[in-house]
Amino acid sequence: MVERSKVRVLIAKPGLDGHDRGAKVIARALRDAGFEVIYTGIRQTPEQIVESVIQEDVDVLGISILSGAHMVLIPKILRLLEEKGLKPNEDVLVIAGGIIPPDDAQELEKMGVAKVFGPGSPINEIINFIDENLPKLKKFRGS
Amino acid sequence: MIDDLIERMLKGDKKATARLITLVENDEEKAREIVKKIYKYTGKAYIIGITGPPGSGKSTLLDKLIKQARNEGLIVGVIAIDPTSPFTGGALLGDRIRMQRHSTDPGVFIRSMATRGSLGGLAKATNDAIKVLDAYGCDIIFVETVGVGQIEVDIVKTADTVVLVTVPGLGDDIQAIKAGLMEIADIFVINKADKEGADATFFELNLMLDLEKEKWERRGWRPPIVETVAVTMKGIKDLWEAIKRHRKFLEESGEIDKKKKFRAEEEVKTIVSDSVARKISEKLKDKELSKLIDKIVKREMDPYSAAEVVLEETLGVKI
Ligand code: B12
Ligand SMILES: Nc1nc2c(ncn2[C@@H]2O[C@H](COP(=O)(O)OP(=O)(O)OP(=O)(O)O)[C@@H](O)[C@H]2O)c(=O)[nH]1
Ligand SMILES: [Mg+2]
Repeated sequence: MVERSKVRVLIAKPGLDGHDRGAKVIARALRDAGFEVIYTGIRQTPEQIVESVIQEDVDVLGISILSGAHMVLIPKILRLLEEKGLKPNEDVLVIAGGIIPPDDAQELEKMGVAKVFGPGSPINEIINFIDENLPKLKKFRGS
Repeated sequence: MIDDLIERMLKGDKKATARLITLVENDEEKAREIVKKIYKYTGKAYIIGITGPPGSGKSTLLDKLIKQARNEGLIVGVIAIDPTSPFTGGALLGDRIRMQRHSTDPGVFIRSMATRGSLGGLAKATNDAIKVLDAYGCDIIFVETVGVGQIEVDIVKTADTVVLVTVPGLGDDIQAIKAGLMEIADIFVINKADKEGADATFFELNLMLDLEKEKWERRGWRPPIVETVAVTMKGIKDLWEAIKRHRKFLEESGEIDKKKKFRAEEEVKTIVSDSVARKISEKLKDKELSKLIDKIVKREMDPYSAAEVVLEETLGVKI
C-alpha cells in the first residue's frame, strides 16, 4: 500500500454549484484517514482545477458535483488533463461524487473517471478504492 | 530523471517544478541531489513570510499581495503551510481557497504544504521548496506559516521580511506579541480593521513599540503598523509599500547580507544535526540500544555514559 500521509488528494467543486457539504465531508474523512487533502472551495472552473492538480502535484483528483452539469464539466476536466500531459488513472487517479444518475456515471467511467460515488457512499468504500488503485498509477508502480 | 525534471523546470515547466517540490518533500536522498544541482540557479527571489494566529486573514491578505506583485510584473511563488494531524498523519490544506483566482495566471505558482511533524510553523522541506521556486524563476516568494504560537518562529530563519498579522480584540494575542513574537516582526498588520477595536489594538501595539525605542534606533527600522481589511482593498497598497520599504532598508543598510549569513549558518547546522541523528539511528541496532537502556534503568550506567557509547560505536566520535 502507498503510504497515505504522502498521498496528496485534491477535492474540487467545478461550476456554479454551492452544495459543498459532501465535498467537505469527504475532505475531512480523507484527512482523518491520514491523507494530505487540498480543498479549493466552490465555483472552480475546469482550468483552475487542472492548474491546481499540476501545481499541487496531487495523486488523486476528487470531483464533487451536485448541480447537474457533470456531463459538461467532468469531460472538460478530463480533456484539459490530457492536454497538459496528465493521463487520468495513469498519472492521477480521478474519482467523482455527488448527484450523478447511474447512466451518466457509467458514461463518465467510460471516459476516464475511475469511479463515481453517489449519495450515501460509505467513506470506507471510498478510502479502500483509493488504497487499491493508487499502486496502479505510473509513479507508484513497483512500490 | 532528476536532471530531466530540472532541465524542464529551468524552461518554466510547472509540472516539472511541482514534481521537484514533491521529491524534496518526500525523499531526503533526492532532496540532497536536487538542492546540490539547483543551488547555482537560486538566490534571486525575495522571501516574504506571513505569520499570525489562525483565521486572522493571512491567506486573504496574500491573495491581495499577489495581485500587487503581479501589477508590477513580478513572477510570484507561494508556499502555504497548514498543520498535519499528529494523530492520523493526515492534513487538510485550505489556504489555497482564498487565492484560487491566481491559479491560472502563468506568472503565479501556489503550493500547499503540510507540516509533517515540524513544530516551528514551517515544514521541514519548506526551505528546499523555496529553492526550487527560486530556481524556477520566482522574483518573490510568499510563505504563509501555520497559525503562529510562541515557539513557531522558524520563519525568521527563512524570510527576508516577516509580516505579523493580528486582528482587533485578541487580548491574548497581544500577550503573545509581548512574550517574544515582537522580535520576529518587521511589519505589523492589524487585519479586519472593519471590526470593532482596531483603534485600541493599534494604540496598544504602538505603545509596546514605543517601549523599545532604543532598539529601533539602533536597528534603523521601527516596524510599521498597517491597518488592513483584506476582504476589500483597504490598506493593501500601504502594506505592499511597507514591504518594499523594508526591502530597501535591508539592502541599503547591508542588513540583508547579515540575514543571508545567519540563514546559511542555521541551514548548515540543521542539516548537520539532522544527518548525524539519521546516521546514528541507521547504525544503531535496536538490540544494542535496548541493552543500554536496560542498564540505565537498572542504574548500572548513567545516561551520559550511554550516549558516549552510542556516539563512539556509531560514528567513532569521542566526547
Ligand atoms: C442540502 C441541500 C442544499 C443546501 C446546500 C447546503 C450546502 N452548503 O451544501 C441548499 C439549501 C443551499 C441547497 C440549494 C440548492 N439546491 Co440543493 N440540495 C440539498 C440536498 C437536500 C442535500 C445535499 C447534501 O448536502 N447532502 C449531504 C452530503 C453529505 O451528501 P452528498 O453531497 O451527496 O455527498 C455524498 C456523496 O454524493 C459522495 N460525494 C460527494 N462529493 C464527492 C466527491 C468525491 C471525490 C467522492 C469520492 C464522493 C463524493 O460522498 C458523500 C458522502 O456519501 C440535496 C438533495 C439530496 N438528497 O442530495 C439537494 C439538491 C442537491 N439540490 C438541488 C437544487 C436544485 C438546489 C438549488 C438549485 C435549489 C434552488 N432552486 O434554489 C439550490 C442551488 C444552490 C447552489 N448555489 O448551488 C437538487 C439538484 C438537482 C440536480 N442535480 O439535478 C437536489 C438533488 C435536490 C433535488 N432532488 O432536486 N441545496
Ligand atoms: N471582516 C473581515 N473578515 C476577514 C478579513 N480578512 C479575512 N477575513 C475573513 O476571515 C476568515 C479567515 O481568513 P483566512 O484568510 O483564511 O485566514 P488565515 O489567517 O489564512 O487562516 P488560517 O490559514 O486557517 O490560519 C475568512 O472567512 C475571511 O473571509 C477582513 O479584513 N475583515
Ligand atoms: Mg490561511
